[in-house]
Amino acid sequence: MRGSMRGCRMTEAASLQAPRRRTTAQVLVTIGLAMMAVLVVVALFGPAIAPYNPTKTSPASLDGPTMAHWLGTDSIGRDVLSRLIVGGRATLLITFVAVAISLAAGLILGLASGYMGGAVDLAIMRVLDVVFAFPVFLLAIAVVAALGPTLGNLILTIAVVYTPTLARVVRGPVLSVKRWDHVEAARSVGIGEFTIAVRHVLPLVISPVLVQTSLTLANTIFTVTALSFLGLGPPPPDPNWGSMLAEARQFMELAPLTVIGPSLAIVFASLTFIVLANGLRDLLDVTAR
Amino acid sequence: MVEPLLSVRNLTATFERHGAPARVVNGISFDIAPGEAVGFVGESGCGKSVTARAILRLAPEGSSIAWGGHILFRGQDLLRLDDAAMTDIRGRHIAMVFQDPMSSLNPVMSVGAQIDDMLIRHAGLSRRAARRRAIELLDLVGIREPASRADDHPHQFSGGMRQRVLIAIAVSCQPALLIADEPTTALDVTVQAQILRLLMRLRRELGMALMLITHDFGVIAGMVERVHVMQHGAIVETGAVDPLFAAPRHAYTRALLAAVPRLDTTAGPA
Repeated sequence: MRGSMRGCRMTEAASLQAPRRRTTAQVLVTIGLAMMAVLVVVALFGPAIAPYNPTKTSPASLDGPTMAHWLGTDSIGRDVLSRLIVGGRATLLITFVAVAISLAAGLILGLASGYMGGAVDLAIMRVLDVVFAFPVFLLAIAVVAALGPTLGNLILTIAVVYTPTLARVVRGPVLSVKRWDHVEAARSVGIGEFTIAVRHVLPLVISPVLVQTSLTLANTIFTVTALSFLGLGPPPPDPNWGSMLAEARQFMELAPLTVIGPSLAIVFASLTFIVLANGLRDLLDVTAR
Repeated sequence: MVEPLLSVRNLTATFERHGAPARVVNGISFDIAPGEAVGFVGESGCGKSVTARAILRLAPEGSSIAWGGHILFRGQDLLRLDDAAMTDIRGRHIAMVFQDPMSSLNPVMSVGAQIDDMLIRHAGLSRRAARRRAIELLDLVGIREPASRADDHPHQFSGGMRQRVLIAIAVSCQPALLIADEPTTALDVTVQAQILRLLMRLRRELGMALMLITHDFGVIAGMVERVHVMQHGAIVETGAVDPLFAAPRHAYTRALLAAVPRLDTTAGPA
């Protein structure tokens, strides 16, 4: 009972914390959301805003930046900026879809595991431990080698790999929130267990989950580009940031922009989610309790 | 003699902790008649809260507790009901008000929504009808401007107001028995009296039986007809309030009565 009182008081304290830290957090979240808006626009409308067809070759190979090609062209004369924008769409869509699946699975498994406890908890957590034990790339290479390098396999692999982390982030606070007084109060007036779990426990654990989801997005950007770099991503000639890096690597000294472009894009995308995660963490007061 | 509403026979409660059983309620029996108010008094850890929770079959989360004996409510044994039937009893026929109003409400739901859920669940009302009834209930328990307050969240209410909200939730489906477990312990002294008066008024208006659990004889006086004094998981003395106050038979009752601080007697050495 005392623990739950503390929990409640802390939730209140969160909204009364020092105004300066709160302002910083709000600025971070605003910047993060603005950066994310850029990414979302690229992911949704990539082909429409790209100045050229990203797969159309031309004789002007490895050109430097010109008014026509802001970031120059690659080894077979394709426009780097267009490839960056359309390639971003592929990278980001894989990332968003994979993390969305991870999040859904993590919420369901983490809530079921933490709330039901006992044998269910044991079973779910041991299975997740097994998944957790696999190195990301080993699992991805194995799946893609066994099932083929399709977009679906790539997304599924990444989703599976990040589910345990999110499930644990959900499960932890569920274990504590389910002992809070309001849960017993809800039970005492005949609210069903499923409703209690979804309406009286889940909403109270959502802030650490938001932060972790944002961090997972940043990680997933790296994973997707790294797998594509290794040739396990979407097949050529469709561009994505990882494969662009791999192709441009050999001409790095002749046309540095072909490497710098995708690199900066990757940094921008992962920075977006790290900034967002930091802002959310301070704003929602997850660790500073 | 009327048929009792609740009839507890030889109730035991045993916690399992690291394989060693600890019996905290030791075969107690009592009856509560329809509309009757009964008090349970005893010090912390005497088993009064565990007894109250046993009636609703609420086990503390994370511990394993085994109940024995019989709890007959309108003739059916609550300890032998299946879980779904027990969930229907809770809130609809027997409801409970807890000690700590600061933590007994869901902090992220509006208080109106928390009452709505009850009415939708037990009375089968639509969300709109439930909200109308919820506002009536908030008015009934003395919340001012209930229509606009229904959309407020718990942190916007004071402790006394939150306890009123919790009482509104508990009585929303007009239960036959209301269990109040130390309902005023966490409140200011001035608010305590208001909450007790509210409970008495609701009991009269809704015809509920009341099981009032407290460690404070001051709360019991004037609230209930009969008192059970509990110690070490057993009922050591039972009686009507006035005779029990005037002439306590059991040594423990005398000790409890002597423990009530009084302003009109000379204080002992400080």
